[in-house]
Formats: sequence, C-alpha cells, structure tokens
Amino acid sequence: MTELTVSAAGQGLCSCHVCNLVSRRERVSVSAHCPRCGASLHFRKPGSVSRCWALLIAAYILYIPANLLTMMETGSLISYRKDTIISGVVELWKTGSWAIAVIVFIASVTIPLLKMISLTLLLVSVQRRSRWQPRQRTRLYRLLELVGRWSMLDIYVVTLLAALVQLGAMGTVKAGPAALAFGAVVVLTMLASMQFDPRLIWDPLQKERIQ
Amino acid sequence: MNDTPQKPELSEIPDAVSEPKRRFSVQLVWIIPIVAALIGLSLAVKSFMDRGETITITFKTGEGMEARKTKIKYKDVEIGEVKGLAIAKDRSHVVVTAEMSKDARGLLVKDTRFWVVRARISGGNVSGLSTLVSGSYIGVDAGTSTESRDEFIGLETPPAVSLDMPGRQFVLHAADVGSLDTSSPIFYRRMQVGQVIGTELDRDGKGVTIKAFVRAPFDQYVKTNSIFWHASGIDLTLNASGVKINTESMVSILLGGISFQTPQDRLEAPPARPNSVFTLFPTRDEALKHGETVETYRLIFKESVRGLSVGAPVDLRGVIVGEVTKIDVTLDSRNSELSIPVEIQFYPERLRAQYLNKSQQVKPPDSRALLDALVANGFRAQIKSGNLLTGQLFVALDFFPKAPPAKIDWSTSPPSFPIVPGSMEQLQKKLMQIVQKIEKMPLEELAGDARKTIQSLDATLKSAEKLLKNVDGAVIPEARTALLEARQSLEDVRKTLGEARKTLGGANQVLAGDAPLQLDLRETLREVSRAAQSLRVLGDYLEQHPESLVRGKREDKQ
Repeated sequence: MTELTVSAAGQGLCSCHVCNLVSRRERVSVSAHCPRCGASLHFRKPGSVSRCWALLIAAYILYIPANLLTMMETGSLISYRKDTIISGVVELWKTGSWAIAVIVFIASVTIPLLKMISLTLLLVSVQRRSRWQPRQRTRLYRLLELVGRWSMLDIYVVTLLAALVQLGAMGTVKAGPAALAFGAVVVLTMLASMQFDPRLIWDPLQKERIQ
Repeated sequence: MNDTPQKPELSEIPDAVSEPKRRFSVQLVWIIPIVAALIGLSLAVKSFMDRGETITITFKTGEGMEARKTKIKYKDVEIGEVKGLAIAKDRSHVVVTAEMSKDARGLLVKDTRFWVVRARISGGNVSGLSTLVSGSYIGVDAGTSTESRDEFIGLETPPAVSLDMPGRQFVLHAADVGSLDTSSPIFYRRMQVGQVIGTELDRDGKGVTIKAFVRAPFDQYVKTNSIFWHASGIDLTLNASGVKINTESMVSILLGGISFQTPQDRLEAPPARPNSVFTLFPTRDEALKHGETVETYRLIFKESVRGLSVGAPVDLRGVIVGEVTKIDVTLDSRNSELSIPVEIQFYPERLRAQYLNKSQQVKPPDSRALLDALVANGFRAQIKSGNLLTGQLFVALDFFPKAPPAKIDWSTSPPSFPIVPGSMEQLQKKLMQIVQKIEKMPLEELAGDARKTIQSLDATLKSAEKLLKNVDGAVIPEARTALLEARQSLEDVRKTLGEARKTLGGANQVLAGDAPLQLDLRETLREVSRAAQSLRVLGDYLEQHPESLVRGKREDKQ
C-alpha cells in the first residue's frame, strides 16, 4: 500500500463522529458542525496526537507506583502481608500456581506495558509521517482496542476480594494504593487509544495534506 | 469505484455549518499527565517520608525469623519489619536487616535492645504464647540514650525488666549461681520486690555476677549495708527444739530466689546507689555472719589436717567465732619442712560482745590489743576432733596456760595466730618419744652380752650333764637298794596298817549300835535299872514300914 490514494478528507468531505453523516466543508480552518445532528465536525479527531501523548505520559507515570506500591494487603490471624503485583506473581509461582501466575503477569504487567509501548510507537510514527507498514500498524491499533479492557483483570480480582473477604480478625483483604494507580493506568491507556485516530496512520500516503 | 453514479450524490452531500473559530486552544488534556505526575510525585515523596531507617541487628541464630514476615514490635505495636536475613561473613552470627517505620526513629539509640520473642516456658512464667500462632517477632526495649545508631546486637534472651521500669539495679557476686536464673524473684520480708535480670560467669571464672533489679518503691530498702542471700529451696534445721523448715515461697523452692535484709541496728545507712555491688551469701546465717567485721588470721600447723575442711567452725568453748576459709600447704625450702597454713575468718565482735558484757562501762580495746592480751595468757588455736566417727576436725580456740609463750605475728598478712598441737599430735609426740628412747638403748651390746651369757650357760649345762652322768653311775644303784628297802619297809607298814584296820574293825563291831556286846550291855543296864527300882521301892517300904523288917511284910488286908 505504498501508492498514494485519495482520501475523503482530501476531497473536503468529512463525516460526523456522532451520526456519521458525511458532509462537505470548506478546507479552511474554520470550525463547522454537522448539518444533521449539530455535532462538531473535524476531518480528523482534533488534537488526537497531543491528547494521546498526554494520556500516555500520565499512564507511564502512574505505571511506576502501580508496580512499586502495595497492590493488596492480606491479613489473617497468623500473618499479615503486603503484596505488590510482582511479589504476588512470585508468591503464586512459588506456591505452584504457575498458570495463574503467568495469567496475572501477562494481564497486569506485560499487557499494559506493551500497550503503552505500542501507542508510543504509533504516535511517534504518525508524528514522523512514517510510511512504514501502515497496514500492520493499523492491525496493532485494532489489537490494542480489543485487548485493552482485559488488563483490568487485576483490578477486578482485587476489588472483588476486598469486597468479599472481610472476616474481621480472621482475614481481611484491602486494596493498596497501587490498585488505584494501576486502574488509572488501564483507564488512561484505554482513553489514549480511544483518542488515537487511526486515519492518521494513512495520511502520509495521501496525495494532499490535511490541515 | 465508478465515478458517474457517485458524482450527483457527492453534489448532494450537505455543506457543513461553519461557525466562528473559538479562541480556546489550550489543550486541557495536558492537565491529566500533570495530575498524574503530581500524584506519582506525592506517592514517591510519601513513601520516601514513610521509609524509616534501615537497621541491622545481629543474632546468634535466625530461629523463627523470616524475611518480610517477622515484625519488630515495641510494646506490641509494630514499628518495623525484617527485610532480610543474612549470615555474617565469619559465619558466627546472623545479620538481620530490618526496616523501621518513621515513628521508630527515636527508638533507635545506643542502648536500645532487641530480642526475639518466642514462646518461652520457664519455671514461673510463660510468655510469648501468641507467637506460637503468629510466629516470632522481634521485641524492642527503648533505650534512654540520645546517641542514635543503626547497628545493634540482639539479646539472646528477653530482658527481664524493661528500661523504663522504675527501680534500681544491683550487682551481686556469688560463688555459684545456685538455682537462680533470669527472672528468679527477689524477696524483701518475703514480699517479691524484684527479679534477677541476668547471670553471668565472672571473666576470671572464679565466681558469678548476678544482676538483680528491685522495683521502684522497694529499692529504697536496699541500703549500703544490706545483705543478700540465696533464698532458694528449703532450709531445714533439726535441733533440740524440733524440726524447723524455713522457706520463702513455693516459687522460690522451684525457681530459686534472693532475699535481702538490712541489719536492724543499722537502718540509718543510706540507700544503695544503682549498680552497687553486694555479696550474695549461700544462706541467711552466713549472710548475717558476714554483716559483722571479719578478721583473717593464719594458723600454721605442722600436723596433718586431714578432716579439716573449708567452712569448718572456729570454736571458742562451744561458741562459733569464725570459720576456716582456706587450707594450703607450703614447703619451706630451707629445711624442706612442710607446713599447712590454715586461714580462718574470725569475728572479733562476738568476742568483744562477750567482753563488753563483763565490763559494760569500759570501752573495749581494739581487737588487736585484746587478742594480744589473750595470747599472752595462753590463748591458742588447736585442731580438735569434732566427730570421732567421721574424723571431722575443727579449730578450737582456748587457753593453754602451759603452752610455751607466743605472740601473734602481725607482720605477716594475714597475721599468724599461735597454735598448740592438737591432742592427737600430742599423743603422737609421746609415742615418738618412746620410740626415740628405745632407739637410744645399746641394743647391740646387749645382744653381745646375751650371746656370751648363753655360751657360758651352755658350758654350765654341759658340766651339769657330766655331773648327772656321774650321779647316774655312782649314786643310782645304792639308791635303788635304798629304795627297795624303803619299799619293803613300806610294805611292812602297809601290813601293820592292815592289822590296825582289822583291830579297828573289831573295835568298830564292838562299838557298833547293833553289836551284841552293846545289846548285852544295854540289857544288863536295864536289869540293873529294874533292880535299882526294886531297891528304891523296898527302901520306901522299909521307910514307911520299918517293922516289916521284923514282922515281915504285912498283908494288904488292913
């Protein structure tokens, strides 16, 4: 797909985000709204790249406390422990629950990280107007959208346990500060990937420039 | 994609409604990473602030401790956690790395003590039972020093008394620790007022040092002159008044304990300062004994002291005035003579008290002058047998007026007290004298003389034998004839005697009660008696009837 194509935006056509009505608009930097539903019209999502960057950076920042701080505090009559994500995985691995350890590790550590790296890759390539592998990059974006919600697995587990296991002195489970940070990371990456406009991947392959 | 059908549609695409551009270009979205950064930063700062000091504690073993699980607790409040356990480079101990919470910063001073709290069951107390379920933890006793530090040496046993408990600590020296152990009770008038907080062997190995803690209101009763003794076990005394059992409490029977007391007459003494050193005596009697002044003397014996033991009494006519503390043996290299110096402790106050009773008014002379005076009068020490069966000896002090004059040698240390040999020794001496006298006798000359005597005796015997032979040859035949004659004469004599016996037998027959002669004689005598009677009757008749002589007997017709 290296040859240049014609895009709707190139032709001055623009679709409404809300009702998907295609309308024609002047190629000037004047804001316009949909003649049918009145929503703002943009050729591309406005500020997509910068918003995506902002959310991504926030996600990166929160990823650090999410992994360093306590995810879950479990207390029982005989022991009291605080677990970070990694220590929880290690504990699961040690106690023989290798499958669960692997699942937790992938869902909680690898996927958010890969997601953030992929988004970074997409953003960088878009900003550099790279023409490199646009189809693969689009596929990567679709994967991101698909997989994003599953990274919340950890949060689900912790919130469920925290709500259910409240046996007083016998045993308690409390969500630690890392759970909040981790949830924020997942939400921010999801928002970031939502903010990303995959059409930008293809823009460098068009005949005309879009402002 | 064919353009022709689409073209008209394209023209039908409605135009977007233009609107004026808003002057609002600041991207609000950048607030999100800023907020995230702020949150992250605040979390980082918070965790940094919360992060207490990391300290290391060394223990002999890591028993019961686990990294990231074992807590450090002060007054049962968690103030830290063990982060790691490692073995020291020289493998002699375990280094525990612990992270303390920030509130614990003030606790990390020089004299803060750490120990591992485990379930302990010892004698009187059971502690740390909760650790059976929850696992061991490290206990902390906050120090009072202001010098902070982060390296500590952990205690192997929990301290019996925490540093903030009001009271005073004292140091006791004893010969042995007895049944005492950490947390053994301390009694004052049978009230438990404190406990032993540590026992250790002296560095020179010659005794033990016991650290005792007396709780606050009671520590004032520990005076500078207080006496301490082992209150362990049962003190059973059997004497003329019966059996007396003396004990402090059941606990002290099981655990051992220490009692202290201040002599009644000396209550004015100031309270003892913390860490004062006292001597711990084995019994109360001993302790009371040692409340008095003690003077040490040396008695140098030449005789055997077998049966004299350390602790044997020094007796003054039945009153114990001291005891034997040391028995040595020394060799005098000049004359290679063995002597046995026996050290005794002497309680002069007992003597002086008796002295005082004699003359209340007079101020007693010091014991030196007193003893000098006594010694001049023949006051001596002597070893005596206390028990003939066991051979136990004791040192008796008494007056021996006949003893050779002696003086106390004050120049030596301890002063040497004059002695007289014991009764056994005297007996031995006499035996020795006898033996010496025997030795002095000229036994060889005597033996020579005896031999000579025997030789001459031999010669004498020989001549005697000759003489006897001569006698045999010359005298015996004559003697035999003489003897024969003598025998004949004897036989004659025997015959004569036989005849004499016969004669006597005849006489006997004659003289016997049933002999015929006697019977006859008796018959005759009866006849005579009857005749005499007739004569008397005749006489009477004639007297009454003299006429009858003439007329004859008259008839009874009248």
